[in-house]
Amino acid sequence: MSLPTVKQILQSLAAGETRARDWVEMSLRAIREIDGRLKAFLWVDEEQALAAADRIDRAKMYQNAPLRGVPYAAKDNIVTRGVRTTAASRILENYIPPYNATVIDKLNQAAAVMVGKTNMDEFAMGSSTETSAFQKTANPYGEDRVPGGSSGGSAAAVAAGLVPFALGSDTGGSIRQPAAFTGCFGLKPTYGRVSRYGLIAFASSLDQIGPFTRTAEDAALVLNAICGHDPMDSTSSRQPVPDFADGIERGVKGLRVGIVRHLPEEGLEPGVKEAVERAIRQLEAAGAEIVEIDLPHMEYAVATYYLIAPAEASSNLARYDGVRYGRRAEASSLIEMYEKSRSEGFGMEVKRRIIIGTYALSSGYYDAYYKRAQQMRTLIRQDYEEAFKACDVIAMPTAPTTAFKLGEKLDNPLQMYLNDIYTIPANLAGLPGASVPCGFVDGLPVGLQIIGRPFDEATVLRVAHTYEQVRDFAWPKPVLGVAE
Amino acid sequence: MKITDETVSHVAKLARLWLDPQELAQLVPQLNDILEYAAQLQRVSLDGVEPTSHPFHEVNVVRPDVVRESLAREEALRNAPDQDQGMVRVPAVLEGGGGA
Repeated sequence: MSLPTVKQILQSLAAGETRARDWVEMSLRAIREIDGRLKAFLWVDEEQALAAADRIDRAKMYQNAPLRGVPYAAKDNIVTRGVRTTAASRILENYIPPYNATVIDKLNQAAAVMVGKTNMDEFAMGSSTETSAFQKTANPYGEDRVPGGSSGGSAAAVAAGLVPFALGSDTGGSIRQPAAFTGCFGLKPTYGRVSRYGLIAFASSLDQIGPFTRTAEDAALVLNAICGHDPMDSTSSRQPVPDFADGIERGVKGLRVGIVRHLPEEGLEPGVKEAVERAIRQLEAAGAEIVEIDLPHMEYAVATYYLIAPAEASSNLARYDGVRYGRRAEASSLIEMYEKSRSEGFGMEVKRRIIIGTYALSSGYYDAYYKRAQQMRTLIRQDYEEAFKACDVIAMPTAPTTAFKLGEKLDNPLQMYLNDIYTIPANLAGLPGASVPCGFVDGLPVGLQIIGRPFDEATVLRVAHTYEQVRDFAWPKPVLGVAE
Repeated sequence: MKITDETVSHVAKLARLWLDPQELAQLVPQLNDILEYAAQLQRVSLDGVEPTSHPFHEVNVVRPDVVRESLAREEALRNAPDQDQGMVRVPAVLEGGGGA
C-alpha cells in the first residue's frame, strides 16, 4: 500500500515539502470523490477543516505539535463542541454538544485536523454498521459487503484512503472487527488507557476509544496523543504512559506468542484460519517463540457479554427521555412523552438490547442472568492472567469470517453476535488488543488479532509492527478507494 | 424457560418503551434465541466465584470540593426541546393519560 501514513505526512510537513492545507485538501477531495458511494461519513465540514489547517500552517506554536496538520475522522459517538453528534441515532439527530470529548481536545492540542464524523451502528450496537439510523456504509473491498462494526465508517474511511487515521470505540470488538473486515490496523487500548469523557456511553465497564490507521506505528503515534489520565473520567488510569512508538522496531526475538489450544472454531472460515496460522508461522520465523495456552472459559464469552453489555446499556440509555436534549415526541403527559420519545427515537437493535438488559437486571432474573455473567467474567479474566504467565501476547483471528454481505445477518441477531466471539474476551478482561491485516480470502481482508497484558500496548504494537515487516501476501486495490 | 409476549411487554414498560404488535412479534422469538443461548451460563458451576463489575480493581475517586465554573445556563439549554424562563419545560406530570 502506498497511501501516505501518518508518519510520512509528519515527515513531509517537517521537511517543509507540504503544508497542512495540502493534506486536508487531499482528504476532502477524496471524500468528495468516493464517499457518495462509500457512505463512511455522516458529516463533513470542509470550511472548518480548511480554516484549522490554515491556522496550523500560520502559527509557530504548532510547529512541534505531534500530529501537526494530519487530517482525521471521528466516530459519531465522540462528542464535538458545536458539531452535530448523533451516535447514528434518531434520538440525537439534532444534538449539538456544548463540549468536546477529551480525545478531541487532545487531538486539537496535537494539531490534528478533524474533517468529519463517521457512520456507525446506532449507539455502537452492532457488528456491521447497518443499525445506523441514517445510512449503510459499504466495504471498500466489496460494495455489497459490510465494513464491520460498530465503527464501520471510521474503518472504511481509513481503508479507502479518505483519511490517514480515524477514531473508533470498542466495546466488544467494534474497532478490531471492522479493521479486520476492511484491511486496516485497529487498536483497542487497555480499559482506562484513554479517557472516555465525551464518549457517548454504551457499556461503561467495556467501552474504550482507539485508533484506525494503516500501520502499527501510526497507531502508536495516535495513542501517544490521546492517552493518559483525565480528571473528567474517574476510570481513566494513572498508570505511567510510555512513548508507544519507542522500541516498536525491536523485533520479536525472545517474545512468547501464545496460541489458544482448543480455540472455539465453530463458524471459523477455513481461509481465515489458514491466513492467521500462516501469519503466526511468520512471527515464529521472525524469532518469536510460539507457546500453547488455554482459555477454558472463552466459549462462554459471547453469552457473558450479551448479558453484561445490554444490562449496562439499559441503564446508560435511560438518560434519553426527551427532557433536556434529543428528540422529544408530542405527548399530553410526562410518562407518555418518555415512552413516545424513546420508542420513536431508538431503532430495533437498541430496543432489543435495552429489553434484554432490563430483563437481565429485573428482580427475579438478576441472579440467573446478570450475576452469573459477572461471575463468568471473573473466570474469563483469570484465564488471561493465567495465560500471560506463559506468554507475552496472544494471537488468534480477529473475526471468524471475512466481511459478510449487507443484510445477511440483520434479521438474525444471535448470528450477528456470534461474529464477536474472538474480540469480546479482551473487553471483558479489559486487555489491549489489535487487529493487523494478514491476508485476503476471495478479495476480502483477514485480520490477525494480538492481545496483550494490561497496559502493555507497547508489546502488542511491537509484535504487529514486526509482522507488518515480514508479511508478503498480495494486497489488492480496494474497489472503492483513492487511486494511488 | 420461554419468555412470553406478556413478559416482553412488561419489561418494555419498565424500560419506558412501547412496542407495536409487529415489533413484539419479531422480538419475542429473537429474545428467546438469545436467552436460550445465554442459558449455557446456568449449566456451569459458579458457586463461590466473586462477580466482576469492572476490569481492574478500582476504589472511589474523589476530588476536592471547590467551586468552579460550570456550563452557562444558555449553553445548557441550547439543546432543550422546550424551555421557559431559563428552565426546561415538560408536559404535565400529574395529569393526562400516562398515569404518573
